[in-house]
Amino acid sequence: MEELKIMTLEESMEKRKPKIKIENLNAWFGNSHILKNISLEIPEKSITAIIGPSGCGKTTLLRCLNRMHELTPNAKVSGKVIIDGENIYDNNVDPVLIRRKIGMVFQRPIPFPTMSIYDNVAIGLKLNGVKDHKTINTIVKKCLELSHLWNEVKNRLNESPLTLSGGQQQRLCIARALAVGPEILLMDEPTSALDPLATVKIEKLIRELKKDYTIVIVTHNMQQALRVSDYVAFLYLGELIEFGESKEIFSNPKHPLTKNYLHGKFS
Amino acid sequence: MLIADSIKERMNREYKVRKLKSKVMITCSFLALILALIPLFSVLIEVILRGAPVISISFLVKRIPPMGQPGGGIGPAIQGTLIIIALTSLIGVPIGVFSGIYLAEYDDNWFASMIRFISDVMTNIPSIVAGIFGWATIVLTIGWSVIAGAVALAILMIPVITRTTEEIIRMVPDEIREAALALGLPKWKVTLNIVLNNAKKGIATGVLLALARIAGETAPLLLTILGSRFWIRSLTEPATALPLIIFNFSQSPYSSVDWPRAWGATFVLILMVLVINIIVRYLTREKY
Repeated sequence: MEELKIMTLEESMEKRKPKIKIENLNAWFGNSHILKNISLEIPEKSITAIIGPSGCGKTTLLRCLNRMHELTPNAKVSGKVIIDGENIYDNNVDPVLIRRKIGMVFQRPIPFPTMSIYDNVAIGLKLNGVKDHKTINTIVKKCLELSHLWNEVKNRLNESPLTLSGGQQQRLCIARALAVGPEILLMDEPTSALDPLATVKIEKLIRELKKDYTIVIVTHNMQQALRVSDYVAFLYLGELIEFGESKEIFSNPKHPLTKNYLHGKFS
Repeated sequence: MLIADSIKERMNREYKVRKLKSKVMITCSFLALILALIPLFSVLIEVILRGAPVISISFLVKRIPPMGQPGGGIGPAIQGTLIIIALTSLIGVPIGVFSGIYLAEYDDNWFASMIRFISDVMTNIPSIVAGIFGWATIVLTIGWSVIAGAVALAILMIPVITRTTEEIIRMVPDEIREAALALGLPKWKVTLNIVLNNAKKGIATGVLLALARIAGETAPLLLTILGSRFWIRSLTEPATALPLIIFNFSQSPYSSVDWPRAWGATFVLILMVLVINIIVRYLTREKY
């Protein structure tokens, strides 16, 4: 039995090692400076929400964490993102390997439409060279169970993913991301295209996943940020205004901008 | 009242006029469609009525007789067309598809725009030009041959496939590429396994269009495979193909013996294009 301890906020924060260290991160699209000198430490096995008004750079920040930002033409990045002691922007780092460690879930559910439900989850393994069917079967089942989809799809694994509802598709995408064995999950407004019931399921799933994964989630929905996140980063016009424990920020924001945003004074 | 009755009345009138215009336009479009279909169907019906009765097993498998002589068949021409189409596809499809992939997924620079422009020009070159190219490069070195024919037809085929492949691949949404890259897959695997998978139906359509075009080409074949009455034994010998014997038999003075053969060969050619179409559609059908 583990000993039950009552910790103060500071103590609990200290206990969590940082998984991702962002140092002086700047990002551009052409000439427009999207992210300005962001420095941030994201604790491991926790949920960090990135909030802020539209166009403040939330998604860009997320996409800088798995080197997806640079895929856009004219996009530029400077600064460091250190994951497990390794700067992912070092010259000798292959973004392909980085992305295996960092799963991503997008705003709209994007299953691969020409593959079966099973193959959608298995494809990452198959294309990364795993050939043993037993291993793949086990991992597919485990990932679908983790994303609470197994019972709904176990009898239709060979059907098209497009026969699933939007919420199921999004959970399928989460299973697909989990199957390549990431340690970090990036989620870009994963519920914004879903109805409230599907949202509840995904939020529940996210909270369960933080046991084993470090999760960074971008959200427009303050209630969602409050419900799921342990930490909150508030961005405004590309700058990090405030970062801290969610409860602290939501109940007692230190910066006037954060306060205004949380109270809906601007959006 | 915000809007006066007179204005409402005018809007009503306007609405009736618009409805009438719409009806007239729809009728005109329909008539134009019928006009376009009349020649198409009359050709088809003509070919079936005159060609189908000629067809028999022996017509399909027997050797081509000299002009004016009864009996025989068009076997070598069917063999020739099949071999030439296969060889042309073997040369043209990989080159066309891969250049399309390159244009869509990789460099977008002056080199790519140049290739794109040249491809566009090449889709419209007269087929005789491809024939002369085949004649000048292959026939003058190894002689009239199936290979020369396939090269000439591939020249016609490649730009069509390149451009359709590029267009189709561009239509695959970027989010699918990103979702695949986010799984830690290298770009070439994403292109080969995910993007192509989503584009294969469209690419197949492009290949079919190109195949249908070359299957009926006559001019380049006249300059490259020359024509023959015998079975093909080697790729470096002269050969014949359906369009060639259609041309030859229809020029024959023995109208009662040779013209039905031309119709029969036409019927077989059309049937062949149809069958290739069905097979490719079946092979690239979407599973779901």
